Amino acid sequence: MLALAYLALLLVLPVGLVLWRTVEHGAGPVWHALTQPNAIHAFRLTVTVAVVAVVCNTIFGVGLAVLLVRHNFPGKRVLNAVVDLPLAVSPVVVGLALILVYGPSGGVGRWLGDHGMRVIFAVPGMVLATIFVSLPLVVREVAPVLEEIGTEQEQAAWTLGASSVQTFRRVTLPAIRWAVAYGVVLTLARALGEYGAVAVVSGRVVGKTQTATLFVEERFQNFDQSAAYAMAFALAVLAVVVLLALNLLRPSEET
Amino acid sequence: MTAPVVDVAVPEGPLHPQRSVAAGRVRGTGLSLGLATLYLSLIVLIPLGAVVWRSRLRGLGAFWHAVRAPEAWAALRLTVVAAMVVAMVNVVMGTLIAWVLVRDGFPGKRVVDTLIDLPFALPTIVAGLVLLALYGPNSPVGIDLAYKRVGVVVALLFVTLPFVVRTVQPVLLEFDREMEEAAASLGAGRATIFRRIVLPNLYPAITAGAALSFARAISEFGSTVLISGNLPFKTQVAAVHIYGRIESDDPTGAAAVSVVLLVVALLVLVSLDLAQRWAARRG
Amino acid sequence: MAISVRHVSKSFGTFAAVHDVSVDIPSGTLTALLGPSGGGKSTLLRIIAGLETPDAGTVEIAGTDSTALPPQRRNVGFVFQHYAAFKHMTVARNVAFGLEIRKRPKAETRRRVQELLELVHLEQFADRYPAQLSGGQRQRMALARALAVEPEVLLLDEPFGALDAQVRKELRTWLRRLHDEVHVTTVFVTHDQEEAMEVADEIVVINNGMVEQIGTPDELYEKPANDFVMSFLGPVTRFNGTLVRPHDLELFTTPEPDTARGRVLRVVRLGFEVRVDVTTVGGEVWAQVTRGEAEKLGLEAGDEVFVRAARDAFVVRTAVGV
Repeated sequence: MLALAYLALLLVLPVGLVLWRTVEHGAGPVWHALTQPNAIHAFRLTVTVAVVAVVCNTIFGVGLAVLLVRHNFPGKRVLNAVVDLPLAVSPVVVGLALILVYGPSGGVGRWLGDHGMRVIFAVPGMVLATIFVSLPLVVREVAPVLEEIGTEQEQAAWTLGASSVQTFRRVTLPAIRWAVAYGVVLTLARALGEYGAVAVVSGRVVGKTQTATLFVEERFQNFDQSAAYAMAFALAVLAVVVLLALNLLRPSEET
Repeated sequence: MTAPVVDVAVPEGPLHPQRSVAAGRVRGTGLSLGLATLYLSLIVLIPLGAVVWRSRLRGLGAFWHAVRAPEAWAALRLTVVAAMVVAMVNVVMGTLIAWVLVRDGFPGKRVVDTLIDLPFALPTIVAGLVLLALYGPNSPVGIDLAYKRVGVVVALLFVTLPFVVRTVQPVLLEFDREMEEAAASLGAGRATIFRRIVLPNLYPAITAGAALSFARAISEFGSTVLISGNLPFKTQVAAVHIYGRIESDDPTGAAAVSVVLLVVALLVLVSLDLAQRWAARRG
Repeated sequence: MAISVRHVSKSFGTFAAVHDVSVDIPSGTLTALLGPSGGGKSTLLRIIAGLETPDAGTVEIAGTDSTALPPQRRNVGFVFQHYAAFKHMTVARNVAFGLEIRKRPKAETRRRVQELLELVHLEQFADRYPAQLSGGQRQRMALARALAVEPEVLLLDEPFGALDAQVRKELRTWLRRLHDEVHVTTVFVTHDQEEAMEVADEIVVINNGMVEQIGTPDELYEKPANDFVMSFLGPVTRFNGTLVRPHDLELFTTPEPDTARGRVLRVVRLGFEVRVDVTTVGGEVWAQVTRGEAEKLGLEAGDEVFVRAARDAFVVRTAVGV
């Protein structure tokens, strides 16, 4: 069927080829490439940045979702739109935007620089960039679920004497936990895979501000194809793991 | 016969204090709203505002000069045209794939269904590497799309693959098959049923998917970097051009083209939202 | 015969939905397929329409063997429980659909649509969308749509099942009047015996995929073929190892010949009639008497009473434990 042929040509064959090329010469070279100090650093940096971004966006994501669904206030539509804004912005523009504000010549950046804090061309900037691009993901997963379950359970809890915090912890949170989990996985995937925005704000200092994705590109441009493929392979495997996790979570999300 | 007496139990102890729900909500709202606004401002609004501000810093003239510069203009034109082509291809293929996934059964269907999301989960640079491996200079099938515009289009098709599929799929899953049966009982053949009953009900989802894939395509950076070779005037997309301007220490130029991209993306998404709002009102 | 179903069977996996069913539906009649949910009546209707293919048997419509024909070619009108309205088309376009498929000239289509909308009293909604109509209006539109192409046979699958009780009653009467006006052979599926009794010329009682009995409402009520039909179509109570209609039980305060002795458990006034629950040696039984009879008997809870079935009462032997 035409659909399957299209998918094969566009999706399956290319990915399959890379997987093949990587493990073609055995697991040895792959392992070797991935355990180089630069590679390990890249891994660690990527994970650190991603985890921070996930934590921030989860906390604010759930809070924003509750705010948007359960409360009414002037400017709600605007807030809603702003939350979705990151999806319309090119990663490179994200990088530019952050440099302009937090970079050495930007308003906030200059102030921070005077106090010895560097954001751009350092890890904090990369965290900011990652938070930016993955910002809407948790909100957009949790909000519809909050909408759907309605306020009745929460109202029942109030009549039984629970405070807002207790209600949130014991009634709301359990009801949305699968949506939150799904959003967290999406955010994590996005954060681990971010390239463009981080490329701009990091300064790409090898061994210092180089994430896994930047590592792939740098190694490739330096004709170290095996290292590039090895890291790409690792990231692809991670992507597949994420897909499986999403798949497992999706049916539960629908109950 | 006397009616049995029903004792109403009166609770002992202090009654629960009358909860002023409305007041509590407003209070909670204020704080959360403040925090939310702060978070969004620091991370999204102020930086984006800075881009817009920077693009106009040297005046409107400088803005247009940067945008109309031959290299910038070529990049923008290529980006928009490529994105439109990609959106149209996705409309056809995405709908087709969604149909196959929902209506057909074949071994490995669940695997395929899961794989559709791969472009979402895969880092863009890895996607670029992957496509270059198959369709680049070392291609095992002899197709070399490197340094060609077609290569850019293929990269964009890869990253936007899931959009139309995933917007159409849920609609097809929920589709009221009885409408199709009613049409059959009224004499419509399979092709007519698809054309006059199924497709019209898919238009909103298809349009949404197309708009999303367009917006994504014009913003794309990572996947095009490797396969396109970033040849100015030939295969350089807008995002890569902006990157170049940043590296060349031309923030005005970068900001100007960025603003154009932002405006186009926003126009598309706002139109989509309005269209969806109008359709919902129509029932 | 408008419809002839012969030895039709259909299973879904291991579940036999319809088993060796044969039914004849005379032309111009209004027939009900009546039975409990899951009993196979919808499946049978869909087989007649061509929306399901039988595993065995034949279906003849207006003299033509239609068993192998797809629904497009059977010239049947079908109305669904949940309307199956074409959401993206106006009411007028919905009704016009069948005519447009048949490539009728525009003027003729417009005329016919107008005619039908007037028939179902929806003229002023012609340019509205189904979502803007109430359930009852949507179903009337669905009927108009099905009738537009002048089908041989009109099939309705629990047409009023999704509507409020009040609307259901109104549309029931309306359907009967519509049939009297239009005279197209109509078959409708329902699990509501009151609906079937009120509307249909003839009723086919279907249970567990098989036909229990076919007859007019009166025949089915007064001469049920078995205990299922008797219980399904009206009130029953078990007395003396048989099923009997409660209003066929006679009550006496003195021991008349052939009566069983019992004690009154409770007396409930239900509007015009009075229900008397009595416990006897054989078990609990209830009788239905008129207000006048109840007053004459002067029964109260705890009184001794004597029960017997009227001499001309129709009874059905019931299996133990039913």
